[in-house]
Amino acid sequence: MVEHYLNLAVKAIFVENMALAFFLGMCSFLAVSRKVETALGLGSAVIFVLGITVPMNNLIYNYLLKEGALAWISPNLAQYDLSFLGFLTYIGTIAAMVQIVEMVLDRYMPKLYAALGVFLPLIAVNCAILGASLFMVERDYTLAESTVFGISSGIGWALAIVALAAIRERLRYHDIPAALRGLGITFIITGLMAIGFMAFGGIQL
Amino acid sequence: MASKTQEALVDPLFNENPIALQVLGICSALAVTTRMDTSLVMSIAVICVLTLSNVFVSLLRNSIPTNIRIIVQLTIIASLVIVTDQILKAYLWDISKQLSVFVGLIITNCIIMGRAEAYAMANPPGMSLLDGIGNGLGYALILMITAFLREFFGSGTLFGKQILPLVSEGGWYNPNGMMLYSPAAFFIIGFLIWGLRVWKPDQVEED
Amino acid sequence: MQRNALYTILFATAVCIVCAIVVSSAAVSLKPAQDINAALEKQRNVLLAAGLLEADEKVDAAEAQRRFENIRMVVVNLETGEENPDIDAASFDQVRAAKDPETSSVAPANRALVQRLPDNVLVYKVLGDDGVEGVVLPVQGYGLWSTMYGFFALESDWDTVRGITFYQHGETPGLGGEIDNPKWKARWPGRKTFSEDGEPKIRVIKGLAGPPAEDPYHVDGLSGATLTSNGVTNLLHFWLGEEALGPYLAKLSQGRAI
Repeated sequence: MVEHYLNLAVKAIFVENMALAFFLGMCSFLAVSRKVETALGLGSAVIFVLGITVPMNNLIYNYLLKEGALAWISPNLAQYDLSFLGFLTYIGTIAAMVQIVEMVLDRYMPKLYAALGVFLPLIAVNCAILGASLFMVERDYTLAESTVFGISSGIGWALAIVALAAIRERLRYHDIPAALRGLGITFIITGLMAIGFMAFGGIQL
Repeated sequence: MASKTQEALVDPLFNENPIALQVLGICSALAVTTRMDTSLVMSIAVICVLTLSNVFVSLLRNSIPTNIRIIVQLTIIASLVIVTDQILKAYLWDISKQLSVFVGLIITNCIIMGRAEAYAMANPPGMSLLDGIGNGLGYALILMITAFLREFFGSGTLFGKQILPLVSEGGWYNPNGMMLYSPAAFFIIGFLIWGLRVWKPDQVEED
Repeated sequence: MQRNALYTILFATAVCIVCAIVVSSAAVSLKPAQDINAALEKQRNVLLAAGLLEADEKVDAAEAQRRFENIRMVVVNLETGEENPDIDAASFDQVRAAKDPETSSVAPANRALVQRLPDNVLVYKVLGDDGVEGVVLPVQGYGLWSTMYGFFALESDWDTVRGITFYQHGETPGLGGEIDNPKWKARWPGRKTFSEDGEPKIRVIKGLAGPPAEDPYHVDGLSGATLTSNGVTNLLHFWLGEEALGPYLAKLSQGRAI
């Protein structure tokens, strides 16, 4: 029983890492990975948002959107299939969560809030967050599985961005051609990290 | 006026490219660029959604309450994408199947949200329209170049037509399979950025 | 700008209503066109898997219908492996049946991540001049991003592959999405499906497979799409195995003539 969830967690963190295997959430991944501190901050925010939105969207999908879901209100409504509203509702819960996180950070951790800048609201459009909800729908997870999956995907993404930040911090002592500095070399490093993570591909526990 | 128009349209191509400088729209650039036809459709879809979203957000910019602005922007963007998806499924079935989940992920294409926040909220609809088209074209430029390199060297084809005869079909070209993997897209875009910044040194990052 | 709470709520409501109307109108008005496309697509795919349609041939609805005359749809009960004459094949909706607890059950744990197994499935028999030439079987399973739905066709020896197609999936365009590539689909006909003990043996491997005569149980892998390729192998092994269509195929092999 615990095994099943552990399996799910390990898969989401390493084998199917959101950032390095599926390449979701790349924009903030590349832009916020200069310093380990900010990367940790963004990573934690992502874990938090994922841990809440995936189970929440699971409930919404199962009790409001999918075919026959509305039956608990009245049997007449069981014929409706509202899954085409999926995108809108998932992104709605995500945006609401992000707005809340933004307000909390602004109040209690203003330095981190300033450091993240425009990329904090951009968590809402971080494709990793929407992607995780879309996977959950596709794979028809239960509520418990959704929670484990959400948190683990977040941990995987956070792991990747902190690793990249650590590498980039060390690169500051290296002699990189001016035009390649910053974004250019980051792309190349990420490509190499991606090759590294390809080693996990296809592992079935 | 003419130069401002030009600025909005042409700047995002090389001076302020959404992918190469603003760091937006990367995910789809990696995923759909294994073939030029999917990249082309994705580019057109993004240009349409980006332009329309910029116009609508700009029209509403003075009415949106600050504390719900992200959600309102997202609602507009998501609605546009759903309608695009529905239209594709009704009239361009084959193409919609090729793009599959990536049409939905246009919602999270940070270029659209990024420009809505950074430009459309502060500028009139006319300029926002041009900004949308300009950034869409900048995105399309990087996408098509990457797709060209990946498809040509990865499969020997262009738009599905076999240009380099493959060894497995009796020809001489042994396709570079690495090109079809996502790390190749990272490398290509990395080198494109390098080239762009050698050409335009003002984009070089000062540490 | 800061507004009072009432304005915020009204504005939000207005945006929701307008967007909901636009989106719902689009979805509802375009649904008939989408359904026609989906149905035509399914017919085309059955014909493709059965080899009655060439990969690059474009046919309209009428022509597809005409060729479909060579196909006979039957409903098969998975457990017994017998044809079920009580259920009308033309109106049988396998997807719906799989979701309804009365006509389906929870699938045994499998690598294809199939959740529910319908009690009956829709099978397509290919009719030729000498009777039944082959059979087209419904298959589905998880790839990398999505559940892949397709058809797997066998010749009348119930072992040689006749063809394979996937009519619905959400795999990465250019990578896993290449399961739609006619050149890859063309690698399947002529391969062998089952081992000596009747277990599904055909697999998608990494790299190139030899020609069917020398390498009958292997099919070329898709570059950069290991998980999708594995997904194809997993779903075939599940559906052709004893937990799904195995009993039906066993009956076919024994019965021979239909």
